[in-house]
Amino acid sequence: MLRLDRVSAGYGRAQVLRALSLEVKAGEILCLLGRNGAGKTTCMRAIMGLLPLMSGRIWLDKTELSALAPHQVPRTGVGYVPQGRRLFAELTVAQNIEIGLMARGSGPEVREEVLDLFPRLRERYHQRAQTLSGGEQQMLATARALCLRPKVLLLDEPTEGLQPSMIAAIREVIVGLRHKGVAILLVEQRVDAVLSVADRVAFIENGQGGVVMRAEDLRADHTIIDRYVGV
Amino acid sequence: MDLGPYLVLATLEGAVTAAVLALTAVGLSLVFGVMRVVNIAHGEFFMLGAVIAWALAHGLSGHPAVGFAVALVVAPLVVGALAVAADMTILKRLDYDPERTIVATIGLLYIIQQLTLMGYGPDARPVAAPFNTRLAIPWFEKGAEGWQMIWPWGLGTTSYKLAVIAAAVAVLCAVWALMARSRIGLVMRATQSDREMALAFGIPVERVYALVFGLGAGLAALAAVLIVPIQQAHYLMGADPLLLSFVVVIIGGLGSLPGTVVAAVLIGLSDGIISVFFSPTLAKILATLLVGLVLVFRPQGLFGKRGG
Ligand SMILES: Nc1ncnc2c1ncn2[C@@H]1O[C@H](COP(=O)(O)OP(=O)(O)OP(=O)(O)O)[C@@H](O)[C@H]1O
Ligand SMILES: [Mg+2]
Repeated sequence: MLRLDRVSAGYGRAQVLRALSLEVKAGEILCLLGRNGAGKTTCMRAIMGLLPLMSGRIWLDKTELSALAPHQVPRTGVGYVPQGRRLFAELTVAQNIEIGLMARGSGPEVREEVLDLFPRLRERYHQRAQTLSGGEQQMLATARALCLRPKVLLLDEPTEGLQPSMIAAIREVIVGLRHKGVAILLVEQRVDAVLSVADRVAFIENGQGGVVMRAEDLRADHTIIDRYVGV
Repeated sequence: MDLGPYLVLATLEGAVTAAVLALTAVGLSLVFGVMRVVNIAHGEFFMLGAVIAWALAHGLSGHPAVGFAVALVVAPLVVGALAVAADMTILKRLDYDPERTIVATIGLLYIIQQLTLMGYGPDARPVAAPFNTRLAIPWFEKGAEGWQMIWPWGLGTTSYKLAVIAAAVAVLCAVWALMARSRIGLVMRATQSDREMALAFGIPVERVYALVFGLGAGLAALAAVLIVPIQQAHYLMGADPLLLSFVVVIIGGLGSLPGTVVAAVLIGLSDGIISVFFSPTLAKILATLLVGLVLVFRPQGLFGKRGG
């Protein structure tokens, strides 16, 4: 479904991604593992078109995302939950949701569906996003992306700083989306969490793709994880 | 006549200044708030509005009200379209970089000013007000047989000045409704909050920027059309509104629209009152001094958020 074909990108002259190739299939959770600064966030920004590519292409099915203007990428059905949430801080929960619905012209039934997943957001509906707790902000960031009814969902450390029950809730949502056939690209630091939810794991080091392995094989053999992520 | 009637007169004059200033400054504030662009050419968009109003008033025959009514609609649209073109050809190419756009808009200021000088000339030219009834204002005085109503000589205003105030209030309400209640306002505020995330949620940021820049310039042009029957059109008339708009935007808090309006009323009224009782220069000195004090003691402005 989502395919990165030898993508190189960076900031100014500093190259971060070096001919990175990846593929996420429909109904699959692919986890991107790598050290701090390996280029995971940069990879997601490149997919969203927020960073000009130096070379390579990005495809969503038959659509070349890398040929679109940045604001057209989400309209093809790519939802993004960025690292650090990046909510529209001065806007209310309702308005953040509204922006998410606008992107692909989703109707009110999508809003209800999404709010049913995160009932807490209903209680805080008219509160400004910046006054939400960290966990509530993460729920809103996820909800906002789900309002696009995404075919592909990019999640950059969605459980950063959350309590275990919240992590479980977010995880449940992600697994539910997989059942619906959404392709999910997940960046996550906590290896145990990754292995319990991912179908495949791709390692990224120095902006380059390494091996891609099935999660169940990694569960049996931890050495490769130690090599790429280091402890 | 004692102090009271003078004060009423000065307040009315100040209210007209405040009304026009609020429109101009809200335009500047909107552009800065959403785009983070400090538009040095804002005063020139104001000036263009006045010059276009003169051209239309002279070009169209008939009652002065006809030319004026046309100018009220056409001048902001033409100036807005010009600003959109400047945005797409200049600011967009600079990637809206905060520093380089300052230099670019300084350049734009001189280009607009000199082209106007070449085309329109160095003269100040008047535009007739569409209506201009003199209205006397009554005053109350304690006489021999108690309080009585008198009509002091010189205490009065014109129907046009009152209309300027009313029009400015109406337009400001419309801008507020646009920002706070409409979909496009929501999109603008989302863009202001986080440009990249706006893109990541399908908002065509470049089109929003072009619209905001056009809207900001259009507001300045509208303000100029309103004031030109009182002030005359001149190719250098953009300097004062630019300075005062910056004063107002800094005092009100960068990017805060309510703050901008409150500061415009404050500066406009004090400008009117100080000008009547002392001198216009003193009014400008005090306003600039106030900016200095605000920058030192409350850099986020009276209504701005700290670190915002
Ligand atoms: N805006 C930027 N300008 C210049 N360099 C940047 C910028 N953003 C990131 N980088 C650099 O790109 C490299 C990759 O950063 P990136 O954020 O993709 O890492 P990451 O894998 O997401 O790390 P983390 O696990 O800490 O989130 C880093 O060396 C970083 O310093
Ligand atoms: Mg990261």
